[in-house]
Amino acid sequence: MMASSDSALKEYQHPLMQQYWTRLDTGFPQVGEIFEEAMAEALLVIDRPDLDAYLDAASLIGKLGRGVEPMLVFIEEWPSVVDAVGKEALTPVLDCVKAMQKSPNGKAITPFLQTLAAVSRRLQSAAQLQHYLDITLDLMRRTSGSIHGHHTTFPSPGLPFFFEQAPRVLDLLAVGGMRNWVEYGIRNYNHHPERQEEYFALKLADSRAVLQRERRGTLFADVERQLDLYLRAVWQDGDQLVPYSTAFDELRKPIPYYDKLGLRIPDVFEDAGQISGIDRYRAVLAHMVGHRRWGTAQIADNWSPFQRMAVEFFEDCRIETLLCREYPGLRRIFLALHPKPVEGACNPETTSCLRHRLAMLSRALIDPDHGYGDADLNHFVGRFHALLEAGSSNTTEIANLALSYVAKTRRQSDQLATVYFDDTVIEYRDDNRHMWKFIEDSDDEEFFDEPDKKLAKESEVIGLPPRHYPEWDYNTKTYRPDWASVYEALHPSGNPADIDKLLLKHAALAKQLKRLLDLLKPQDKVRIRYQEEGSELDLDVALRALIDFKGGATPDPRINMSHRTDGRNIAVMLLVDQSQSLHQKVGAGETAQSILELSQEAVSLLAWAIDRLGDPLAIAGFHSNTRHEVRYQHIKGFSERWDDTVKARVAAMDAGYSTRMGAALRHAGHYLAARKADKRILLVLTDGEPADIDVTDPEHLRADTKKAVEELDTKGITTFCLSLDPKADEYVREIFGNRFRVLDRIERLPEQLPMLYLALTK
Amino acid sequence: MDKTQYLVKQEPFYQAQGKEVALYEAAYAAKLPVMVKGPTGCGKSRFVEYMAWKLQKPLITVACNEDMTASDLVGRYLLEANGTRWLDGPLTTAARIGAICYLDEIVEARQDTTVVIHPLTDHRRVLPLDKKGELLDAHPDFQLVISYNPGYQSLMKDLKQSTKQRFTAFDFDYPAPDLETSILAKETGLPEGTAAKLVKIAQVGRNLKGHGLDEGISTRLLVYAATLIKRGVDAQDACRMALVRPITDDPDIRATLDHAIDTTFI
Ligand SMILES: Nc1ncnc2c1ncn2[C@@H]1O[C@H](COP(=O)(O)OP(=O)(O)O)[C@@H](O)[C@H]1O
Ligand SMILES: [Mg+2]
Repeated sequence: MMASSDSALKEYQHPLMQQYWTRLDTGFPQVGEIFEEAMAEALLVIDRPDLDAYLDAASLIGKLGRGVEPMLVFIEEWPSVVDAVGKEALTPVLDCVKAMQKSPNGKAITPFLQTLAAVSRRLQSAAQLQHYLDITLDLMRRTSGSIHGHHTTFPSPGLPFFFEQAPRVLDLLAVGGMRNWVEYGIRNYNHHPERQEEYFALKLADSRAVLQRERRGTLFADVERQLDLYLRAVWQDGDQLVPYSTAFDELRKPIPYYDKLGLRIPDVFEDAGQISGIDRYRAVLAHMVGHRRWGTAQIADNWSPFQRMAVEFFEDCRIETLLCREYPGLRRIFLALHPKPVEGACNPETTSCLRHRLAMLSRALIDPDHGYGDADLNHFVGRFHALLEAGSSNTTEIANLALSYVAKTRRQSDQLATVYFDDTVIEYRDDNRHMWKFIEDSDDEEFFDEPDKKLAKESEVIGLPPRHYPEWDYNTKTYRPDWASVYEALHPSGNPADIDKLLLKHAALAKQLKRLLDLLKPQDKVRIRYQEEGSELDLDVALRALIDFKGGATPDPRINMSHRTDGRNIAVMLLVDQSQSLHQKVGAGETAQSILELSQEAVSLLAWAIDRLGDPLAIAGFHSNTRHEVRYQHIKGFSERWDDTVKARVAAMDAGYSTRMGAALRHAGHYLAARKADKRILLVLTDGEPADIDVTDPEHLRADTKKAVEELDTKGITTFCLSLDPKADEYVREIFGNRFRVLDRIERLPEQLPMLYLALTK
Repeated sequence: MDKTQYLVKQEPFYQAQGKEVALYEAAYAAKLPVMVKGPTGCGKSRFVEYMAWKLQKPLITVACNEDMTASDLVGRYLLEANGTRWLDGPLTTAARIGAICYLDEIVEARQDTTVVIHPLTDHRRVLPLDKKGELLDAHPDFQLVISYNPGYQSLMKDLKQSTKQRFTAFDFDYPAPDLETSILAKETGLPEGTAAKLVKIAQVGRNLKGHGLDEGISTRLLVYAATLIKRGVDAQDACRMALVRPITDDPDIRATLDHAIDTTFI
């Protein structure tokens, strides 16, 4: 290809764009052609400070002497990789590229980069991607140049094919399964280059067979929703689920656990005997939920490791007993997964039998048919059941029982270095880290309390004089007159192009919405048949009636039809919570987005959709800083179009302060009430319950908000709440009655908000 | 007109959830229109039937639907070989003979149909039969009752404010677990222990309301399941057939409810 001009001298209008281009330092004209577009996309996911690293990496790849291809691919794919697994992946990925470049496998760099984004999307975390890179390097090293003992002169025949197939393989296998599949290929086809190619291209029968074989398990990614539903429906728990891989730590297999970020569980579970993978997941989740429900943390400092271990075994069995009371069928699952240690299998003269003893005890505590004869064991099983007979007992009581068990059964040989391990690991149980408090180090609480400077400055620029609204006092059942002062102001503006970028990001969704919108668009005239009185005769029906009449039967008198203009006559007001908590991030690592950003996307998509439908829509944001200062920010008026002015305001949305919802609802309602429409809908988007810093009784603002909703209802305004608070179930119904939806997956807000609106107004 | 055909002959079993029986009696004594709100299958119709029996008044029930017109309620002229004949609709009949007229699931009817009830609900208690040229004064025993499910997730299917404002209302919901258990046991003769398990599964389903299910598992469906079990159907099969399959086609939700069934009935 001929370069029409020296593209290194290419000029960009925008100084920043020019700066990026200079940094990229490339002479490839093809790169110039895609550069601007690619940067627009990159800017959506890569923060400014990290851009240089991205450009430098691209530049480096462009200088490997492998033509323009790898550079183009990298520039285009990398933002998606960052989106899926975070920016930390750059260094290891570049290392991988360099390793290929140094070996005779430079040709594989392009295929590697080509599928990296697809692979990353499947793996979801930097740690998981690292496993993939390790597999890649291992494959490369072991299959390069080994054919006739020449040292690394031949490239790996399978490697490029492996890259090509990697996304497909990861669709079927967890990354551990992929490693086994690769291993088989290396072992069996290292000396047959053509066969090796075919193996990794999935063209050989046994390559596919191994793939199937490795596919034994139930992948977390495939059952994630089912597990979410399980937690919610069966245990009323709505926590996040976070997968980890078990295939790579041979020495210390990761164990389920939970912490502030969620419930940590393996990325795949194979069937275990007659217990399916999904039931294994359920057993793990039920067990952890049990701890949360019935357990309390104990102070660990004064107890020996042995004592703690015994306490954990007893406590695990206590909560499982309680779980089985709720759902008796769980016992079958637990017992099938729980090892059944053989009595007498461990010799206490030569080995430490502590684990064996405890595992036996654990079995006996949950298995009525354990059949063990040991007197101590049976004695403690009896005491355990006695404690639980009356009720659910508690961690402290059960810990005391465990301590006396240790005192009673302790043996000198427990200290021996050789520990008997067979049949003592209970895989569905978590690591019990939540059970212990250590008094010495307790300062790991983190606080993110960044004062919001921007908002503080703004608070002085207040526009219109305030409007005062009453607030409901549920204690006295009276209104406090003129209690809340609402200041309305025009929302500040930002850059409308940011919003266009967001919309671009959701192009696929927009397409889907468009189809739905076309269905909903008013189709002016609709025929209504079977009318007694109407504008014209419905000939079909009339003839039928006549025949009936002639035949002596009673004719159907509804022989007319009429037309109705099926106009949608709906006015909508979207009220967006802009309180401080919206800064919270959703998701982990670099893919994390704040709720605020997600709200911006959702608001943009909804506004775009409603604009296409033609329903009049107004948008406002609100937050509060005591009753003296409820801020109501006008973002879009009913008569404003969804244009750059409005987009600019959405782009500048920010979050701070609290949520005095009742006042905001009343204020929004007074605008909506003034609209003439068959249906007036007030849609509230919020991430938490009403609260403000001058109110200590949490019930007060809830009751007031409920009252505000009722007031609106009598004015013919329907209020509907879309809540992003996973714990909303506790209060949202109280306030909004049946008119609410709790979004389990906040990251899906952008798609859910417009969908919800369409469903509500169908 | 034979009023007695509309009487509820046998005492229907109704388990009160609160003070609703006494409150209804008061509303009836004052002839106030009544709205019974609540999700599908929670006992609204049963309650009305029971009250009609208790008050010994005829009951005329109309199941509302989208194709229903005002004439379907009020009445119409029929063509006959030798002319036309007026036929009262159910609403008119009720107003004439002094029955309780129960419009079940009123939101299903179009809004232009529902407005015909307005004149019957204010102090005049009249029903204009425009086509017949008659202004019917309602019988002193006549009462209008409507049922209404506010849980519909479409905001378009809702009663007009001007309609709502004409009724006194009862808020029904699925009964508390113990009460629901005893309802099932009494209604179907199923042992309390088994009934409690059914109720437990219903709770699991109701937790998913708003998270993939529009409505939870109703008391009515529980009665179906209990009836099947009574007839010797295996409990797990009965639950799947009566509690799960009817309410959802979502495979993930089905799997979750099935699991709850399998671990509850063993
Ligand atoms: N309080 C109750 N007492 C007795 N049976 C009840 C009660 N609540 C519900 N049921 C049972 O549930 C079934 C459905 O109730 P129904 O009144 O038809 O529901 P809906 O609310 O849809 O009108 C009834 O046939 C009855 O078997
Ligand atoms: Mg545990």
